[in-house]
Amino acid sequence: MKKPNLLALGFSLLALALPVHAQLAIEITGAGANRIPLAVAAFDGERIVSQALVSVVRSDLERSGLFRMVDPGTNPIAENATINYGDWRGKSSDALVVGSVLPLAEGRYDTRFRLHDIPKQQLLTTQGFTHTAAPYQLRSTAHHIADAVYEKLTGERGVFSTRIAYVVKSTGRYELQIADADGANPQPALASREPIISPSWSPDGSKLAYVSFEAKKPVIYVHDLASGRRHVAANFKGSNSAPAWSPDGKRLAVVLTKDGSSQIYLVNVDGSGVTRLASSAGIDTEPQFAPDGQAIYFTSDRGGSPQIYRIPAAGGEAQRVTFEGSYNVTPRLSPDGKSMAYITRDGGHFKLALMDIANKQTQILTDSSKDESPSFAPNGRVILYATEVGGRGVLAAVSVDGRVKQKLSVQAADVREPAWGPFVK
Amino acid sequence: MRIAFPIALLAAALLAACSSQPPAPEQKASNVEDRQGTQVGEVKKVEAGGNIDANDLSELKNPKSILSKREVFFDYDSYVIKPEFQNLIQAHAKFLVAKPKMKMLIQGNADERGSREYNLALGQKRAEAVKKALLLLGAREDQLESVSLGKEKPRCSESTEECWAQNRRGDMLYSGEY
Repeated sequence: MKKPNLLALGFSLLALALPVHAQLAIEITGAGANRIPLAVAAFDGERIVSQALVSVVRSDLERSGLFRMVDPGTNPIAENATINYGDWRGKSSDALVVGSVLPLAEGRYDTRFRLHDIPKQQLLTTQGFTHTAAPYQLRSTAHHIADAVYEKLTGERGVFSTRIAYVVKSTGRYELQIADADGANPQPALASREPIISPSWSPDGSKLAYVSFEAKKPVIYVHDLASGRRHVAANFKGSNSAPAWSPDGKRLAVVLTKDGSSQIYLVNVDGSGVTRLASSAGIDTEPQFAPDGQAIYFTSDRGGSPQIYRIPAAGGEAQRVTFEGSYNVTPRLSPDGKSMAYITRDGGHFKLALMDIANKQTQILTDSSKDESPSFAPNGRVILYATEVGGRGVLAAVSVDGRVKQKLSVQAADVREPAWGPFVK
Repeated sequence: MRIAFPIALLAAALLAACSSQPPAPEQKASNVEDRQGTQVGEVKKVEAGGNIDANDLSELKNPKSILSKREVFFDYDSYVIKPEFQNLIQAHAKFLVAKPKMKMLIQGNADERGSREYNLALGQKRAEAVKKALLLLGAREDQLESVSLGKEKPRCSESTEECWAQNRRGDMLYSGEY
């Protein structure tokens, strides 16, 4: 039995006490233009618990690139403490997080925090969480606190308590793993000697569809994460690949070759009701629903080179979306449907690009050369993708303005095929 | 683990029964919700194959026979079979016609450049091109299945043209060989 790999996204200095076998490999470059100065004070109460919590809150917020962390000193400040706003103003902090961890019965704790606006001298929010001292519960509580602070200060929903899926390839072994958005707490969902590709989250975050080669050919499975049960969603003669969920979670767009070359079909999640969506003489693949469910974006070589097209989800005429360059693939729509991440070939290099759907303006977001598999964070602010550094597969994340960049790697293994999970209540 | 077989699973099993390969057995994976970190077992491998005479297989393995050669190589971003592979494909078509019980799995492969799924489709086109050539020469549809491994199973893993050329390939595998 192999120990779980640790995918490292957090700051090493601030990260929660990690298992000794963990090898962090983190690189963060760039930051947002106008970072909000923020102090997160030590929480009052049981010290070991509060330290583990607060370090995760700080690293979550700092990693977003939207905050400049102000040194709060080492003294804990209780949730209900009277705040001397003048003092904090003197430290150039615009916001302050304070909190308390109170032990309850049976190893449980009640953690409450307050977020103060320093210049306005007012309380912005206060919230409480009940949890145990189990590491994953502490992390989960910290991610929820960070989400609340992030949302109050930026006006956007935080993604710290969401999860990511990805595939780790080590010698002769493939593992589909699920981790917290910061890469901590990785859980293997499936292990195989054969490749696993194209994981795709159900809209409610309870299932993954993916392609596994365990039957010596690509077959699509739907895997329930809580129970570990899975079923074959498509196993027709030929290859079965590229599953994508409809926004209502009832259907999958898939690529089948049962009638010749790779073509797009819709199937019910249980594998029934197969209908063909589009027809071309060449390759159609990589379908993805627009967030409103009305259209499907896909890659096709029907025009002579691989380009991105859009077709009504009910079928009809396909419209070409990309025109510049001779290789544009893997369309991924932002959660608001207004922009599209994709991979473009630029002088032999494969780079992550972003297109504004309305005006077709495009921006290349990376300077790497083997980018693949982009995936939007559910708040649309960051794109996670796979790339290669020093001959090894790593995951990288870039903010949609291209300013904040992170790389995430696993020791002695390739990481690939990232998929950022949805918001979960 | 044999509790409450969901209807969806039954439907999927029925559907899969109509397609060419049996579904892989249901696997119990680790309980992600409980964050127990328990490990899922190795995925059970599915052994395909049928009742084939040992003599047939020995002929396929004889290095002096053209039938021992199983590879068709392709140009970049292309799925056109080059003339130098015509003799090879003819020999295999003749073999399939002579041995109607023999089945073949054609696996298409691609080099590492670009999207995994697009390369999977490209590998499929290559496998399909080999299949069509064999059909034209008399092999039967029910003897042949073309599938793709895309860029997932590279024979050569360096980022050089020589290596990429090795990976742009269709492999012809007979019953019992995959």
